[in-house]
Amino acid sequence: MTNLEKYDSAFTETFGIERGQLAGLKYQDIEAWDSVGHMSLTAALEEAFDIMMETDDIIDLSSYEAGMKILAEKYNVEF
Amino acid sequence: MWNFDAFGNNVAIIDDSGTRLTYSQLKHETEAIAEAAGKRCLVFVLCSDTIGSVMGYAAFMNAGIVPLMLSRHIEPGLLSPLMDAYRPKYMWLPSDMARGDEVFSARGYSLVRTSFTEECPLHPDLALLLTTSGSTGSPKFVRQSYTNILDNAKSIAEYLRLDETERPISTLPMNYTYGLSIINSHFLVGATLLLTEKAMTQKEFWQFFREAGATSFGGVPYTYEMLDRMRFQRMSLPSLRTMTQAGGKITPELHRKFAEYARDSGKNFIVMYGQCEASPRMGYLPADKAIEKAGSMGIAIPGGKFRLIGEDGREIQAPHVTGELEYTGKNVAMGYAECGDDLSKGDEWGGVLRTGDMAQFDEDGYFYVVGRKKRFLKVYGNRVNLDELDRLIKGKFPVECASAGEDDRVHIFITAGANPDDVRNFAATTTKLNPKAFTVITLDEIPKSESGKTLFTELAKYWRKTE
Repeated sequence: MTNLEKYDSAFTETFGIERGQLAGLKYQDIEAWDSVGHMSLTAALEEAFDIMMETDDIIDLSSYEAGMKILAEKYNVEF
Repeated sequence: MWNFDAFGNNVAIIDDSGTRLTYSQLKHETEAIAEAAGKRCLVFVLCSDTIGSVMGYAAFMNAGIVPLMLSRHIEPGLLSPLMDAYRPKYMWLPSDMARGDEVFSARGYSLVRTSFTEECPLHPDLALLLTTSGSTGSPKFVRQSYTNILDNAKSIAEYLRLDETERPISTLPMNYTYGLSIINSHFLVGATLLLTEKAMTQKEFWQFFREAGATSFGGVPYTYEMLDRMRFQRMSLPSLRTMTQAGGKITPELHRKFAEYARDSGKNFIVMYGQCEASPRMGYLPADKAIEKAGSMGIAIPGGKFRLIGEDGREIQAPHVTGELEYTGKNVAMGYAECGDDLSKGDEWGGVLRTGDMAQFDEDGYFYVVGRKKRFLKVYGNRVNLDELDRLIKGKFPVECASAGEDDRVHIFITAGANPDDVRNFAATTTKLNPKAFTVITLDEIPKSESGKTLFTELAKYWRKTE
């Protein structure tokens, strides 16, 4: 699985949505992405990439695109 | 209820858009809302963490108008049967949701006259109606009196030593009894409410927290699990003085962890115990006992009294013996309402509440909740009535159903005939809780005793196995 595929499945599996819904997806756009969903998403990303995210990065993760930027810049995940 | 005049120039509310409102402005604007609503009547309030929402609530409470509090996110399909059951004269709701006969609006909220012509008579002591069940649309509400609310707010202000320098930040919905008690107790002392719709998992929340200098917040057990996973302890929050916890039992490990964090950073961590039926606060663990008594929900609040009732109906006198927790105090609500006709009823509980929680006390008189008598779970601080959930699922899908589990982890057992994902999504939608809280397991049959009772002990092995 590529990093992008791993990244995408963290979202689709956590929120029960399709890949086609990911572009532009933001916090609270869908009911499943509330604070409970947010922590599950963080846990899924940490597991998928074997990382520990910093507090600031967890609260910065406000959209599908923002998360990708954080992982690329702070955790050396190449997409 | 509150004397806003006493705090004239104090700031009453600040929201995350920077709007500030003094107590004299609050008095002025709430009076205008009350005047538009006219004489004592019932109003459905669709709540959010915004100035308009808080102001409407304060206006109604101060003017003897009875609010029934719901989330602004309630499903329309659940709202209309409630309207039919209680026949409110008005709705106070976000202006962008307002339809029909809008008679007044302020701060993004509107007062809308409903089409009901015959109102239900209201008992003179009745102040407020709150739901016990989150958002399942159950018509059961707790009837709280003015004395209940005022007495409890005073008691809270006393044991938390609240004063006008406090700045609690909104972390709990105001249609939720715990969230509302924070508003009630802080208005009493002239403090400043900080309102935001952002969640603790969002950067904007913490920006507002720091800019506005929040001094306290409340959280349910899940809130503290979440903060722990976010490594909250590493954040620099110099303005923070007090963290309170209620809405279910926190694990002793997490209790100790936050108590130690509080001790090391010069803050207070206060575990509390309450129920909507007690308007809501009944117990608290003083901050200086947080480490020594971690796992305990503490002692009765000022003016209240706990005792334990054994199976034989007698009061338990010895420590470490389990009995049902009973609370006595002026904040015990008047009773329940299931429909509009119940609103004329007086006090049915006489200041005594059987909590349904099984508890023990230790040698020093500190109480520990050890179990629950009734069939419900607390999920993210919300009570989920399992029998009601089963009934809703059976009404929607052609299956047998029994739900069980632990707090924050509901296990729904069904027989074949429905897609487990559909059942899970249905449970999440009707309870307005994140689907993560629900696990659906399909069984050949629901295990039952010879007399037809569900064998929950048989089911327990399933959720213990998935841990």
